[in-house]
Amino acid sequence: MQRNFIITFFMLCTMLFARVVSSAEITRGVMLSNSCAACHGTDGRSPGEIPSINGKSAEFLSQALHDFRDGKRPATVMGRHASGYTDDEIELIADYFSKRP
Amino acid sequence: MNRFNRRKFLKLLGYSGALPSTAGFLSSCSKGTSARVVIVGGGFGGATCAKYLLRFDSSLQITLVEPSEKFLTCPFSNMVIGGVQRLDSISQDYSAQKARGVQVVHARVQAVDAMVRMVALDNGKVIHYDKLVLSPGIDFKWEAVEGMNAADAEVIPHAWHAGRQSTILRDQLKSMDDGGVVIVAPPENPYRCPPGPYERVSLIAHYLKQHKPKSKVLVLDAKDKFSKQALFQQGWDELYPGMVEWVSGSAGGRIDEVDVAARTLYTESGDKHEADVINLIPPQKAGEVAITSGFSNEDGWCPIDQRTFESDIHKDVYVIGDACIAGKMPKSGFAANSQGKVCAAAVVSSLRGVEMPDPSYVNTCYSLLSPDYGISVAAVYRYDKDSGIYKTGGGVSPLVADDAYRLQEARYARGWYDSITMDAFG
Repeated sequence: MQRNFIITFFMLCTMLFARVVSSAEITRGVMLSNSCAACHGTDGRSPGEIPSINGKSAEFLSQALHDFRDGKRPATVMGRHASGYTDDEIELIADYFSKRP
Repeated sequence: MNRFNRRKFLKLLGYSGALPSTAGFLSSCSKGTSARVVIVGGGFGGATCAKYLLRFDSSLQITLVEPSEKFLTCPFSNMVIGGVQRLDSISQDYSAQKARGVQVVHARVQAVDAMVRMVALDNGKVIHYDKLVLSPGIDFKWEAVEGMNAADAEVIPHAWHAGRQSTILRDQLKSMDDGGVVIVAPPENPYRCPPGPYERVSLIAHYLKQHKPKSKVLVLDAKDKFSKQALFQQGWDELYPGMVEWVSGSAGGRIDEVDVAARTLYTESGDKHEADVINLIPPQKAGEVAITSGFSNEDGWCPIDQRTFESDIHKDVYVIGDACIAGKMPKSGFAANSQGKVCAAAVVSSLRGVEMPDPSYVNTCYSLLSPDYGISVAAVYRYDKDSGIYKTGGGVSPLVADDAYRLQEARYARGWYDSITMDAFG
């Protein structure tokens, strides 16, 4: 009986880990934030000269986008990009990247 | 009997209360649809779409059909033509795609049957799909170039597909004597990469100034204005004074006929231009496969629902990148990457039977006037039913800026290349 329990336990583990499919919800935040990857890297993790934005606090990212949009923060291209987003959209983007590992 | 069997397994699961929770866990994990998606074209659009489809639903069975084993990027190919970088620095491969489970097939599509949802390849294989994404880039309207055909591009390269064509042009520039004339002939709209020909002019001038300073670059343009024109012309005057001359379409830039053997161009205005090197960029249309399989209009571009990229011509077929008509978005690698993600969201939403949230799209074209002098044009786009894809924000680099600013944009251009190639091919 104990042998049967052990076998059951291992089979259960195999079933659980054999095919873990991941399905991501497609939210408005995802649609907006995916745009940023071309420059900032997939999930905001940049391999090169452009700054990474993954894992930075939502407050920091939101403030940065607002400052770019208002022309308060010196930038080359970010002022022009930020001008395309509303306050709500900025919050969604900031929240999204704050949660990227 | 001491045998372990299915009956005993289920009985034990039932006793432990693990059966209902196991069933629940497995079914919540596998909300994947396991649908079959075929993607034609492994460039910025197709490769990005494959990756983002799997990010949304890792159960999808994705086949990416791309003739080349290596993808040579048009972005930064002007740096290769200008002798600053080597060809292998713009080479991307499909190892990351394969590692995440995309079936990469190096073959060409021979036919698409959208009624039975089948793609036939030139290697004899047939692939069935639930959704088809076409991202075939551009091909050339050779019939519109009097005196030239596709084979003549070996002598008069367009270098508007990167790789061998880039090498031909670079080698011709290297062989040219000092004091020679290079003609760059950009096409009429719409075409892939609006500022591209002018970045090429800049980086050719950069090479000539260093190695063959008595030489000249003549731009015979089919158009009367071009992307970031004021910035380019200011930069040419500053960096390459007296070397670059731009002729607008109405002032004699439009080409009437080409004499390939004599390396001579005849313009509509009746002028004759002989040159040592000619880079003629022909007028363009969607990649051939989109046209022969019936997804293009009479202008040679593919009409789509600009919210989802689904073809107007057949359901469950999507067209992204240069080949599609995407409202105000330009034809660029950046735009194809942006569209690939929206398309992935649309495909998965359709398969799930849910509404996709409103899309957002973006483009930034960086151009290098020299390796240390960059400029950019950026835009954010949205969609509505009446306007299609329209611009909500953006702009070009300032006309007044110091060397440090231009250098920073050149650095960001490289940073963008690293990020986007990782986003699409990594």
